[in-house]
Amino acid sequence: MKWLSKCCTTPDSDYLILTPGSSLLATMITHTARPLRVVLYEGDGAITLSAEARMKVMAALLDKGYAVTRATPRANNAFPHDDRSLLVLGLFPDQKAPSLEDASGKINIEARDITGLDTESIVSLVEKTRGEKPMNQPGVWKPWFPVIDYSRCTNCMQCLSFCLFDVYGVADGKIAVQNNDNCKTNCPACSRVCPEVAIMFPKYSSGPINGDLVNDEDMRREKMKVDISSLLGGDIYARLRDRSAAAKSRFSKERSPDKALEERKKCLTKMAQDGFIPADVLASLPSPEEIMRKAEQAKARAAAALAG
Amino acid sequence: MSDSQTKLLYCRCAYAQVVPQSVKDGVLQKLCESGVGFESVADLCEMAAHRDPRLKAFAENGPLRIAACYPRVVKGLFQQCASPLPEDGAEILNMRVQTADEVAEQMLHDS
Repeated sequence: MKWLSKCCTTPDSDYLILTPGSSLLATMITHTARPLRVVLYEGDGAITLSAEARMKVMAALLDKGYAVTRATPRANNAFPHDDRSLLVLGLFPDQKAPSLEDASGKINIEARDITGLDTESIVSLVEKTRGEKPMNQPGVWKPWFPVIDYSRCTNCMQCLSFCLFDVYGVADGKIAVQNNDNCKTNCPACSRVCPEVAIMFPKYSSGPINGDLVNDEDMRREKMKVDISSLLGGDIYARLRDRSAAAKSRFSKERSPDKALEERKKCLTKMAQDGFIPADVLASLPSPEEIMRKAEQAKARAAAALAG
Repeated sequence: MSDSQTKLLYCRCAYAQVVPQSVKDGVLQKLCESGVGFESVADLCEMAAHRDPRLKAFAENGPLRIAACYPRVVKGLFQQCASPLPEDGAEILNMRVQTADEVAEQMLHDS
């Protein structure tokens, strides 16, 4: 929440006041390990569900964010269990769920009989079993972060230099996504500075940013802007810096905060119109001084990584 | 590879509506109508976001067949979590561009 209160008060972002309940709050990332995995058990000792019931239950649980394993008597094609809580659901004889225990003691296993329960009741049962353990909610939070296609990446570090939110870092001399929490939801701007079209955003609507194959036309377009200065018709940082300086100058002369604010609005709106940067991302940009400091830092990190 | 039988993994893409609803419903329905066991997750991206260790289990216990989205991005998600999919042990089917019937048929073709 720190950055949010900051962007409410920083002069460079004061044209958008973010209040509790705004969309940015809804996109806050919470990193939580999955608290529960559901096993729909139809193996030995259980009665098979109808395909329709199975489909309804699985779809409902998945749409709520749960992982569901369908276990059947056939096959040994299950993945090994891991060290989390398992909730085993099934139609058990006499409506009595067996008592289950993990031999290793690492997994907490509960079994519940779902005879006679409709889909809604089964979802409620699962939610109740999860209790207060937090979980990312579909429809409230969106997993948004860059994914690097290392088969295309040339380690040029332009993404590292470009991103102001420290999403990228260097690991073993290679560019890496290190802080995906910092990424701004719906902003794929860094993918536009990658000359090799190696940065993907899985939840983006269109290719090649969404991971679709890169074609010749995509490459031609990307080659036309091989450095960040070509983005949005000029160096975004320089433009911000210049506009900010001009706005400050006018402010001091005219004593008109409204005019300075208007100037900034126009500049940022133009950038949002020209490119892919959502307005709320522009609103959360640091001050011009901070931008320059971060840019220098990133440049130094990239240079060090490339030199190493 | 601890087991030679192909394992099936279905991604619901529940955290963003980028896979057509009819396709993901259609694929899930076919899987549910089959007699096979399978693994389903709400969203591989959500798992990758918090480096879910389950991804490692998926990658290391193939061969596996995944119904999700673009292969380039699915491979990238696993790689980003330090759990790269095996080069020749993972088949990725794309519910963003393929039909439900195509995906289901390929998922279940040897079941």
